[in-house]
Amino acid sequence: MSFYGLVDGTEASLKSYLGNLSGVDQVGAEARAAMLATRSIKTTSKRWAIETAITMVDLTTLEGADTPGKVKALCTKAVRPDPTDSSVPSVGAVCVYNDMVEVARTHLDLIGGQHVPVAAVSTAFPSGRASMTVKIQDTKDAIAAGAAEIDMVIDRGAFLAGRYIDVFNEIVAIREVCGEKAHLKVIFETGELVTYDNVRKASFLAMAAGADFIKTSTGKVAPAATPPVVLVMLEAVRDFYEMTQVRIGVKPAGGIRTTKDAIKQLVLVNETVGPDWLNPKLFRIGASALLNDLLMQRMKLDDGYYTSPQYVTMD
Amino acid sequence: METDMTFEYAPAPESRAIVTIKPKYGHFIGGKFVPGSKHFPTINPATEEVLSQIALAGKADVDAAVKAARKAYTSTWSKMSGKERGKYLYRIARIMQERAREFAVLETLDNGKPIRESRDTDIPLAAAHFFYHAGWADKLEYAGLGTSPKPLGVAGQIIPWNFPLLMLAWKVAPALAAGNTVVLKPAESTPLTALLFAEVCQQAELPAGVVNIVTGDGSTGALIVNHPGIDKIAFTGSTEVGKIIARAVAPTKKSVTLELGGKAANIVFDDAPIDETVEGIVNGIFFNQGHVCCAGSRLLLQESVAEEVLHKLKNRMEKIRVGDPMDKNTDVGAINSKEQLAKIIELSAVGDAEGAERWSPACELPSKGFWFAPTIFTGVTQAHRIAREEIFGPVLSVLTFRTPQEAIEKANNTPFGLSAGIWSEKGSRTLWASQQLRAGVIWANTFNKFDPTSPFGGYKESGWGREGGRHGLAAYLKGVSHE
Repeated sequence: MSFYGLVDGTEASLKSYLGNLSGVDQVGAEARAAMLATRSIKTTSKRWAIETAITMVDLTTLEGADTPGKVKALCTKAVRPDPTDSSVPSVGAVCVYNDMVEVARTHLDLIGGQHVPVAAVSTAFPSGRASMTVKIQDTKDAIAAGAAEIDMVIDRGAFLAGRYIDVFNEIVAIREVCGEKAHLKVIFETGELVTYDNVRKASFLAMAAGADFIKTSTGKVAPAATPPVVLVMLEAVRDFYEMTQVRIGVKPAGGIRTTKDAIKQLVLVNETVGPDWLNPKLFRIGASALLNDLLMQRMKLDDGYYTSPQYVTMD
Repeated sequence: METDMTFEYAPAPESRAIVTIKPKYGHFIGGKFVPGSKHFPTINPATEEVLSQIALAGKADVDAAVKAARKAYTSTWSKMSGKERGKYLYRIARIMQERAREFAVLETLDNGKPIRESRDTDIPLAAAHFFYHAGWADKLEYAGLGTSPKPLGVAGQIIPWNFPLLMLAWKVAPALAAGNTVVLKPAESTPLTALLFAEVCQQAELPAGVVNIVTGDGSTGALIVNHPGIDKIAFTGSTEVGKIIARAVAPTKKSVTLELGGKAANIVFDDAPIDETVEGIVNGIFFNQGHVCCAGSRLLLQESVAEEVLHKLKNRMEKIRVGDPMDKNTDVGAINSKEQLAKIIELSAVGDAEGAERWSPACELPSKGFWFAPTIFTGVTQAHRIAREEIFGPVLSVLTFRTPQEAIEKANNTPFGLSAGIWSEKGSRTLWASQQLRAGVIWANTFNKFDPTSPFGGYKESGWGREGGRHGLAAYLKGVSHE
């Protein structure tokens, strides 16, 4: 593996690479995100944003109580978010636990959802506390069952202890398992990394190790995809592109529940990395409740009034 | 599935229906609006639309205003307890908050600044100044400014056009809290929010004559400065006019505070947090179209990071949204007047002639009104006029340095000394640099942040005295050092 020529795989080269990153000023990053949150997105641009956001949703269910019935319902919703309106696009992917991948893939294929990929959370999600053998097997299982996207978690314990090389090597190992078969999204759990300096460091570490996407959170820890965290990650992918000419995707997940939240995310993308990232190949939003709010806002643009939640399907 | 990859923000204009602009205004003297004799127009600089006709105060008007202020001072305001004065100030602050949207829309129409800034910065800060000083009104004895501090009397206050209502608040709130009465003249090109403030004084039932507002041009200002019935002059504006005022009041008993020009150094060390630094540079010079006396108009970059910072700065500038100030998504609005635009164009041409390299992002400017694209000049040295003279527009001069010592020497090598910025992740370096810089306000890893509790003012040709905080209060009390 060449790691884009940025590191040679040794701990020394990784330390030097991460050591050259400039710091992030917390107050400044939060102020910039807050300023961008004041953008007023109306009429035609709101319609465009809602439509685009729907295609970016990784429709997710990650519960101990998930059953084949629940996952099938989710898949149906993913393919045709609004059964009464075929002009509503399908979502970006469905995101489930490892053991539900096969159910999801089979059902999607059955209902005409071949174009919707299945993403599997992996590597002992959400805590990441398992042996490497288990993490690799977890990933292999998911790919064998039909997952085209792997959402792995990093070992936050290793990261916070300063064992960056261990985190790096884990991502490299999972990247190898994914090969050409699956896209790799690397989850930082930014609510546990806490500082923006750590988020920036984790972003550059994961990108050099072979991530296709960097993702904020598991959805199990708060705070999750706050606008400043996403801003710092977008700045990282922008800088990484300048260094390597490779575009890495970003996936905020957790806490994005309303159309307003989603539009704020799209504004961050637009004014930080620019329009190249405004498509589901490079930007996804991990969410569940968000989709229905997008649908209701979409109806409002057409009808001029807010519908009752009874007019959108619960799952 | 390919999406149409354009995210153009549709127009999001703030409604102007909330404001009622009268076709003609008079002065506010003795608690009443009194008609003027001569008038001049005030326009919207973004469209050149005439908004209203403004009265030009002559000697009789200024005399009447000073007389009303003296009467209010002697009979009412200086006798009132601090606690009672505080109640009026709190009331004014609350009404300003209640009518914030009205003030914001009016400020943007008359000044040309983006509604986002008048809504999120000017008006909330103006109200904050009244709240802060309301709290001092009954605590003056405990401010460390003497055991029995006394007001000066009648204050003549002349304010600029860049932050019309905010500068009014900086002047009026401390004067009233300390027990003075005022005669205030707003800038010729931006009188409307001051006249709305007069309405707020009526609404708050402020005793007649405590606040008097006369409108006019420089000739009205001169009448105030030279009026024998005035005890104190407070001026914010150009260094040129500041010098004239200093000469005029020198042989009199008047106290004076001057808040004048600047040419602030914004110093970027090689260990700066680069992305936030770029935001700070943009905020430092393009906030309020660069019509900011403390603007970070001289960018000093450490050579080892200069290329990276400039590259990111240019990319960032491509995203600046220039245009209709009433659009909620506008970042940079209109230049305040034809005269100011001419000055910016002239000094930028000097930059070209002196061999500096000019760069602006591609941006479409409206055909009507006064506009100037955000601009940077690279390859500037200390010997360039654009590194020494205040442009007071969206124009940044970029210089480089090799060592921290050189940065400080360059930063201090100016007749001004209002503000400075330091960008570094190293606390020891920031503290060291802030001790070396000869500037009244120094920001670390931020720029253009204002707070009523913090004194603001300059060294050298940037002015005399401080406004805001305990220091600002001292400037309106007898027998207290004004430095």
